[in-house]
Parts: sequence; C-alpha cells; structure tokens
Amino acid sequence: MSSTSNAMKFTLRIWRQKGPKDSGKLVDYKVDDIIPEMSFLEMLDVLNEKLAAEGKDPVAFDSDCREGICGTCGLVINGIAHGPLAGTTTCGLRMRHFRSGDVITIEPFRADSFPIIKDLVVDRTAFDRIVQAGGYVSFNTGSAPDANSVLVSKDASHDSMDAATCIGCGACVAACPNASAHLFTGAKVYQFAKIPQGQPERDQRVLNMITTHDKEGFGDCSNHGECEAVCPKQINIKTIAQMRRDYLVASLRT
Amino acid sequence: MNLATAAQSSIGRKLISGLTGLLLVGFVIGHLTGNFLLLAGPEAFNNYAYFLEHLFHGAGLIIAEIGLIVLFLSHAWSGFQVWNNKWNARKKNYEVPGDAGGKSKKSVSSTTMLWSGVLLLAFVVWHVAQFKFGIIDTGNRAVMVDGVEMRNLYGIVVDTFAQPLWTGIYVIIMVMLGFHLWHGAWSAFQSMGLANDLYLPTITKVAHFLSIVLAVGFVALPTSIFVFSNHFKAESDKYMQQYGTNETSGDMIYRTVSGLMSAEKGA
Repeated sequence: MSSTSNAMKFTLRIWRQKGPKDSGKLVDYKVDDIIPEMSFLEMLDVLNEKLAAEGKDPVAFDSDCREGICGTCGLVINGIAHGPLAGTTTCGLRMRHFRSGDVITIEPFRADSFPIIKDLVVDRTAFDRIVQAGGYVSFNTGSAPDANSVLVSKDASHDSMDAATCIGCGACVAACPNASAHLFTGAKVYQFAKIPQGQPERDQRVLNMITTHDKEGFGDCSNHGECEAVCPKQINIKTIAQMRRDYLVASLRT
Repeated sequence: MNLATAAQSSIGRKLISGLTGLLLVGFVIGHLTGNFLLLAGPEAFNNYAYFLEHLFHGAGLIIAEIGLIVLFLSHAWSGFQVWNNKWNARKKNYEVPGDAGGKSKKSVSSTTMLWSGVLLLAFVVWHVAQFKFGIIDTGNRAVMVDGVEMRNLYGIVVDTFAQPLWTGIYVIIMVMLGFHLWHGAWSAFQSMGLANDLYLPTITKVAHFLSIVLAVGFVALPTSIFVFSNHFKAESDKYMQQYGTNETSGDMIYRTVSGLMSAEKGA
C-alpha cells in the first residue's frame, strides 16, 4: 500500500499474552499508512502483516463475519468494549473515528469466566453453557403445523426480536464493573418470555439459566448500565428487569 | 425452586437488596418528616418521641427496631455479596479502564455504593448510641410532663447540633445518604424487576429528585439548629424550667433498666 495524503498513523498499546498461564503485558507498536475507511480489524491486519514480515509473532484476535452479525470479534479499546462508537461491533468501527497520532490501548474482554487463550482471544464458551441451560424451546417433530395456529402480535414479535438480536459477543460482561452476564442472560430469557412458543418452559428456563450463570462465576449486576451502552445490538436493560420478574415468579411457583 | 437457594442467587440477592433498600427509604422519609417537629418546639418533639417509644405499650418500638435491624443487615449482606463477587469475577482488571458514556448509568455514586453504605451503617450505629442511649452526657434532661416522666430529647438534639463538630459530621453523612440514594433509589426498582423502558426514565427522575430532597432536608435540620442555636437553646431552657426534674437522663435510664430487671425477677 502506498502512502496516501490522508494516511493515518497510530501508536498501539496491545495486550500480549502467550497463553492462558502467561501473565501478559502491554506492548507498544507503531502503524502508519492506515486509511480512514479501514475497519479497526483491518488496521490490526496491517500490523500483523508487518509483524509477520519481520518474523515476529502476529497479534492473535478473534474475527469472523466482519459485518457485525456474528459476535466473534470483541476488543476493549481505550477501556471501552467494542470501542468509542455506540451500537457497533469492533469490526464495524472505522479508523476515521480516531485521530492520526492517537495512542490506542487494546485489551481483551476481561472476566474470569472468559479466560484468555492468547493475546486478545478469550474463551466465551461459558455463554454456550448458559444457553444450553435454557435458551431453547422444545416442540414435537413430525408434520408441519398449520400456518397461523400460534398467533403472535406484531408488538410482541418486535419486542422479542429486539432481544433476539443479541449476538452473544460478551461485550456486556467485558464492560460490566462486576463482570456480570445479566444483559446476555436477560436477552436470552426475554426473547422467549414475550412469545407463546417460550411459555411452556418459561419458569424452568430462567431458573436454570441463572443457576448456570452463577456457577460459571459471572458477577452480580448492580445496574450500572455500562452493558447497554457498549452493546453493539443496543439490548435494553429492561430485559434484565423482565428476567428478575420472571425469576421471582418462577421461584415462587416451582 | 427452594426459596433459600433462590434468595442466594445473583437475582435473589438483587431482589432482597432492592426491597430492603426501598423499605429503608420509606423509613428515612418517615424519620425526616418526624424530625421536622424539632421546628415546632420541645413539647411537640418530645411528645412525639414519647409517643413512638410507648406505641402499643412499647411493643411498637421493639417491633420497629427489630424490623429495621433485619432490613439494615440484609441490605448490607446483599451489598457486600455484590462487592465480593465482583473481585472473584474479574481478578485482573483493565490496564486502562474506561467509561462507555451514552446510555450508561454508571456514576461515582453507583461505583461507591459499598463505601457509602459502610459509612451509613457505621453512622446508624453511632446515631442510635448518641441519641437513643445518650452515650454523650448532656446533663440534666429528665422532665415530668402532666405526671408522665420523659426525656428532653429536644434538648439533647439542640445541645449536640449547637456544636460545629457534630453539625459538620451529620451534614457530611447526610450528603452521603443523598449520594447513596442517587443510584440506589432508581436501582431498587430495576433490581426488583419493577421497570421497563417506558417507566424507567420517570422512575429515575423521581428517584433523583427524592435523593436530593432527603439530603437537603436532613442537612437543613442540624444546620438551622446550629445557625439559630440561641433560639433553640432558649426554647429548651424554658421547657426545662417548666417541666425539669433534678435527675439526669442517665439516672432515668438506669432506673428504667433496674425497674425492668426487678419486674423480671418478681415474675
């Protein structure tokens, strides 16, 4: 890539950690020839190409779809999960949101339930186990049911869909001062609580998911609301309130 | 699900924290309202104190005290759990911590709830020792009003807040109360699940307003006693001349306690 007139340069302070047992530290890198339209991850690609060419170990980070729908990428940029732009995943963040010459600190999502595998890559399988505990609906297989046999109002369907947009990236946990996963768990409870298909297992779902949440070692929610502010899908903390109502009702009647 | 298990889950703790917190806010509102009788003079305030102490032949106060102790302790327990789990859930913190801003409700108030809470709890213990048990001697405070023996609590309060030290300490603690409630009052509704995107903005506004009103109210009483201490002391002296006996309030507390003990022996 040749130097262009609007090329940007940055000092990156990146968390390097060889493996789960390594203590890790911040290491400074310089990048230039970054064009403003590049995504944050493409900027890291430029750095990694440079490191590979120098025979150094590239920075390990997660990414997959790079269009903000898979929930694989996730970095804490200057202390904010997914960076300074609200409602955006790390891959959707463009370098034009920074100023050339900025020092940018990049850290992994930090929570003991998300152990670091290497550098910026964390193990988020704790989320899978929360979903396995209740984030599903059961129905009989066989011939297809008649269309419109289960009626869902437009409002309920939209409300449920808003919660179902959660991509399970884990930014809520990363941003929470207590490392709680209540926004993630709340979204998974809420999406089923609002529609008829979720009713048969509603009580058991919330009880089992919270039991698993606690067992996985996530912290308590104290309503700081940092999770909603960093959530790339802008999941509302009303899902947490709904989960608490459901939990109270479920623990009283089961 | 076993309710004892449910109460100890990450949600159960919040439900307890929110419920006990709201009930304590209710107590604080009642306490402030009652305290404003200080402005109505010694008779009104002391008779009110006597009324509370002898509600249902004294049983009312004991029930209220046990209830408050349970509320304070369970609120403190749930708060401590949140704080304790936070350290277990993230043992290595960020090198560069940040605030997301935007829709976040994180504030200095929300991140120091444990410390403002510990301070308030310690204050409550001291406050009870100071005014209920009178561990700081303020001299002769026993009075006989219409054949009923009571304590000139008004005089004790006035003597206390005539001193800049006590007024200063109480003002700081009451600002801390408003600070604790700035996050705590709206958060209690969210913790109990009594919130959604429609009501939460209103709940938050009312809760913030309430936290300011309570702090201002509780700051206003000691400061006005301090500023107008001559007036308040004159009121108290006039009252003591009219109703005072020659006993100290310490004698009276002693006699009450030994009376109770001998009554117990007799039974």
